[in-house]
Amino acid sequence: MLFTLNGKITEVSAPSMKRLLDVLREDCGLTGTKEGCGEGECGACTVLVDGLPINSCLVPFGQVQNADVKTIEGLIGHTDLQKAFVSECGAQCGICTPGMILMAAPLVERAQAEGRIPALAEVQETLAGNLCRCTGYVAIYRAIQTACGAKSEQASVISGENG
Amino acid sequence: MVENFRNQDRYESVGRNVDRKEGMSKVTGQAKYVDDLNFEGMIYGRTIRSEIPRGKIKAIHLEFDTEGFTIVDYRDIPGKNLIALIQDDQPCLVESEINHADEPILLLAHPEKEKLLEAKVRIETISEIPVLDPLQSGKIFKEILISKGDIEAGFGLADRIVEGEYRTGHQEHVYIEPNGMIAVPTPDGAITVYGSLQCPYYVHGALMVLLGVPETKVRVVQTETGGGFGGKEDYPSIIACHAALLALKSGRPTKIVYDRVEDMQATTRRHPAIVRHRTGVAADGTLLSMDVEVIMDGGAYCTLSPVVLSRGVIHATGPYRCDNVRIRGRVVHTNTPPNGAFRGFGAPQTLFASEVHLDRIAHTLGLDPIEIREKNAFRPGDVTATGQVLPEDTSALQVLREALKKSDYYNIRKKIGTQAKRGVGVALYWHGSGFTGAGEVKLASKATLELLPSGAKVRVASTEIGQGTRTMLAQIVAQTLGWSYDSIEVSPADTAVVPDSGPTVASRTCMIVGRLLQRCAEEMRFRIGNLTPKQYLEKHGPLEITKVYEKPPAIQWDDEHYRGDAYGTYGWGCNVVDLEWDAVTYEVKVKKVIAVFDIGKAIHPIFAAGQIEGGTAQAIGYALHEEVVMRNGRVANPQLTNYIIPTTMDTPPIEAVIVENSYRFGPFGAKGVGEMPMDGPAAAIVNALFAAGVDVREIPATPERIMEAVCYSR
Amino acid sequence: MKTALGNLDFADATTLSEALTLLASEPDRVPLAGCTDVYVGLNFGHIEKKRFVNIWSLSELRGISENADFLRIGALTTYTEMIESPIIAKFLPMMRDCARLIGGCQVQNRGTVGGNIANGSPAGDTLPILAVAEAMIIAQSLSGTRKIPFLSFYAGYRKTVLLPGELIVAIEIPKPPGAQWFRKVGTRAANAISKVVIAGLRGETVRLAFGSVGPTVIRARRTEAVLSSGGTIAQARDALAHDIHPIDDLRSTSRYRMQVAENLLSAFWDSTTPNQS
Repeated sequence: MLFTLNGKITEVSAPSMKRLLDVLREDCGLTGTKEGCGEGECGACTVLVDGLPINSCLVPFGQVQNADVKTIEGLIGHTDLQKAFVSECGAQCGICTPGMILMAAPLVERAQAEGRIPALAEVQETLAGNLCRCTGYVAIYRAIQTACGAKSEQASVISGENG
Repeated sequence: MVENFRNQDRYESVGRNVDRKEGMSKVTGQAKYVDDLNFEGMIYGRTIRSEIPRGKIKAIHLEFDTEGFTIVDYRDIPGKNLIALIQDDQPCLVESEINHADEPILLLAHPEKEKLLEAKVRIETISEIPVLDPLQSGKIFKEILISKGDIEAGFGLADRIVEGEYRTGHQEHVYIEPNGMIAVPTPDGAITVYGSLQCPYYVHGALMVLLGVPETKVRVVQTETGGGFGGKEDYPSIIACHAALLALKSGRPTKIVYDRVEDMQATTRRHPAIVRHRTGVAADGTLLSMDVEVIMDGGAYCTLSPVVLSRGVIHATGPYRCDNVRIRGRVVHTNTPPNGAFRGFGAPQTLFASEVHLDRIAHTLGLDPIEIREKNAFRPGDVTATGQVLPEDTSALQVLREALKKSDYYNIRKKIGTQAKRGVGVALYWHGSGFTGAGEVKLASKATLELLPSGAKVRVASTEIGQGTRTMLAQIVAQTLGWSYDSIEVSPADTAVVPDSGPTVASRTCMIVGRLLQRCAEEMRFRIGNLTPKQYLEKHGPLEITKVYEKPPAIQWDDEHYRGDAYGTYGWGCNVVDLEWDAVTYEVKVKKVIAVFDIGKAIHPIFAAGQIEGGTAQAIGYALHEEVVMRNGRVANPQLTNYIIPTTMDTPPIEAVIVENSYRFGPFGAKGVGEMPMDGPAAAIVNALFAAGVDVREIPATPERIMEAVCYSR
Repeated sequence: MKTALGNLDFADATTLSEALTLLASEPDRVPLAGCTDVYVGLNFGHIEKKRFVNIWSLSELRGISENADFLRIGALTTYTEMIESPIIAKFLPMMRDCARLIGGCQVQNRGTVGGNIANGSPAGDTLPILAVAEAMIIAQSLSGTRKIPFLSFYAGYRKTVLLPGELIVAIEIPKPPGAQWFRKVGTRAANAISKVVIAGLRGETVRLAFGSVGPTVIRARRTEAVLSSGGTIAQARDALAHDIHPIDDLRSTSRYRMQVAENLLSAFWDSTTPNQS
């Protein structure tokens, strides 16, 4: 079966009901797409199909025939968003990170093109289907907003009275 | 070269937000987690488990074509059938007696995952009546009594005696990467295990006992780990043992990766607790006598329960001075899957109770919640329930005052006035850094620093599980040596190359292991003098420095009587929560959380804030959403659809403030940070609800519980 | 227990007539649309069916249109398409409010209104809207097309009146008369399964439907009658207790659902009452 994977036309022979997630990980060797729940709750398996973020654990391989699939491995050249995830510590354990980045990428691209910084509420609504258990999301918002040109605002540090 | 290495200004690392060592590999999807690894000839393992909470196995029926399968039961265990930890009570595989639902009985492996899924095994059992209520349990894993002064005398002096019972539920870790292990056998009968884990040497020790082999025959390598929170402290030993048995029997690398359901049903959870307070107070709010009873549900086996209870009872008074204290704690057996380590380790349960109870005391006396805290909070030199004289870096009052300032507490309260359904709540708390009591002395942790031509390499068993171990330890070493952060490498946590630095738990990695590395670096700096690393290596040959934990001189602990210095030092935390509840749906909307923490020194301020923000979000889930539904001793909601953790839309703005009151024996003054943020938000939320007219005393304070409190308890 | 997926039969339909022909000869095949429910079922071993037909690429089943009296929503229209549709925004804003609260964006990009109807979960979020809007389900088979009133579409818990070989191709919704009101009370603020859902319509008469409080979506006829005939909200709340009989389950309790359903009824009434001043 043919589909476009990260810009390259790719042929894979796999059962049509196999989950896109498993085809990517097992048949294509792209393990950057993660499985967190297998039921579309956590968003760790998010990839872009024809530009739209979807949960690859809920899509049969047969449904991406001739589609354009993009995974974290397809974000070439370390985008501003990826760099911001590093500098703002939007990734802690990192398992939700590829999904978060792919979910946020279309928003960041749009905002960058429009020369605006997405509002917190917009970022939150965009990421509502991506669970992170490490960060409390704060650093993730910061990474997305700084990737769009916002100034980084971090926690305050106060010296002690006693020691 | 010398100048480059020694330029202090240029190479200031500690206190700077350097890039995470493995940051780029994580954001590009290149980081390898256990399920991302494959080995030549690898097969997949599956665990067959009990479906009943208690009983005996009558027969096992393999209702599939076993051709091509590797099948393992307890008879295949070469060493002892147990998971070595504190008490040797937990079998690796059930022989006949089932003690909890989802207990491992049989292991299957096959080269094809789908064949494995299709294999049907029927376990015929004889059910027995399970013990599911901890209050009805006749078996105690551990009982602790802490006693100070004379509580009866204290009650005699009191103007009021206030009693209350508070309950906390199970909590799932929900690391986004489920547990997994790969065991790889070698021709000489040794085994290497790769996996998602926090404590390589716990797994190492468990495998030696199970396999009956010397330490040289077992190697444990941590793979990139997608979150732990305590959930990958003890359970990975079980999965490693299972994978190793299948690998040894089949002679092939064997991978066991749990899916979410199996992970949520079979692995450990936070201990549920019932905490009862009886407190004698003077009319001005002075605490005169505190009698606290703590009952924790340990589940079917002991696992880490005694130490969870220990931390729980030591923190049970909250950060308040009182001359007369009695704390009685017990952790008991039930026929439910064993509970284990979870961020905070007993303290979130008891601190929830103490902080919620304190607001009830204030209410009874007609006092302000801040006033009663100001009056009783520990100051330096005060004496704890175990008799510890608190050190100079005791900053309960400072974190309280900073939190009030940051939150604009009094103005918000004024603004709310008697406005129904909105409230502000406070929680003040403490958290002992490192292992409890003589724990660190017993661990005798080691750390190694190796000189490289390009700088130095850190070799420790402390694991990176998201919190920033690699980065933060490299910063400490770089700063001590006066070298650049980039010149410090960090070895993988691989027992073949790292010494036993103790487990990555108890908020100890920075304070204890960081200090060990600082000592290594101090010696290395002295030894190489004015030479560059390259010059030193050419002249003197390899240089490797290992240091072993040394107890700060004044620390004393009597484990038999629970007297003395329970911890080297404490971190201090305060939350202020502003929330509203909805009169139509009884849902709580947290508007803002202020989180102020004295952590000694923020080695990496954004990472430290990240621990605070993430821990706070996890605690908000604990307080409001996260409920494990147990039916006949089995988790009935083992899916992320039905076990609810906070999404972006549920997580309020969290404002972290770090206070630095340095600890003399921590690296650059650092104390623990990882667990503490879990301790307070639940109490602050429940106190804010109380201020908004809702009296709940059990978490999670779900809309259902709030509805019951509002509609049926008045 | 997870279902082994490798042996499941996936037949690809590229046109509607291909799909209908296949369903006519092999009516046991489950149509695959956005798959957001199917894979959850397979993952937990709840789906015993082994044969499927992929209809995802049938463009004739997509899109939203209107005429003077009706909206027509193609069965494969996704939640995202409904959120972005100016027609929905104008004539059925409660559907937009509803779609925004289903799953995360990933699920909204894939989940379809036809799938929500066919799946027939009592917690299906769009169903109370279709119930108060008195939608018609357009079902097609090789033998023709029929319109099924949504209110008689379910025969019981997850049971529909679709005949073998029939496929939902579209929904026709009469432009709702009156003020629309929708509220979902889920297990959390986003990406949640509902514990109580209400859709209300207040025009000359009142229509009310509730989800997650019974084996299928429920039109609260007694309550409607009270309110439509000028009864008080207190009387309506009493009547509601006869219309719905929620149960305890993993996600909530019967008492909570009943109490909240009553509160939502009052909230609906308050917020759709024209301002007196």
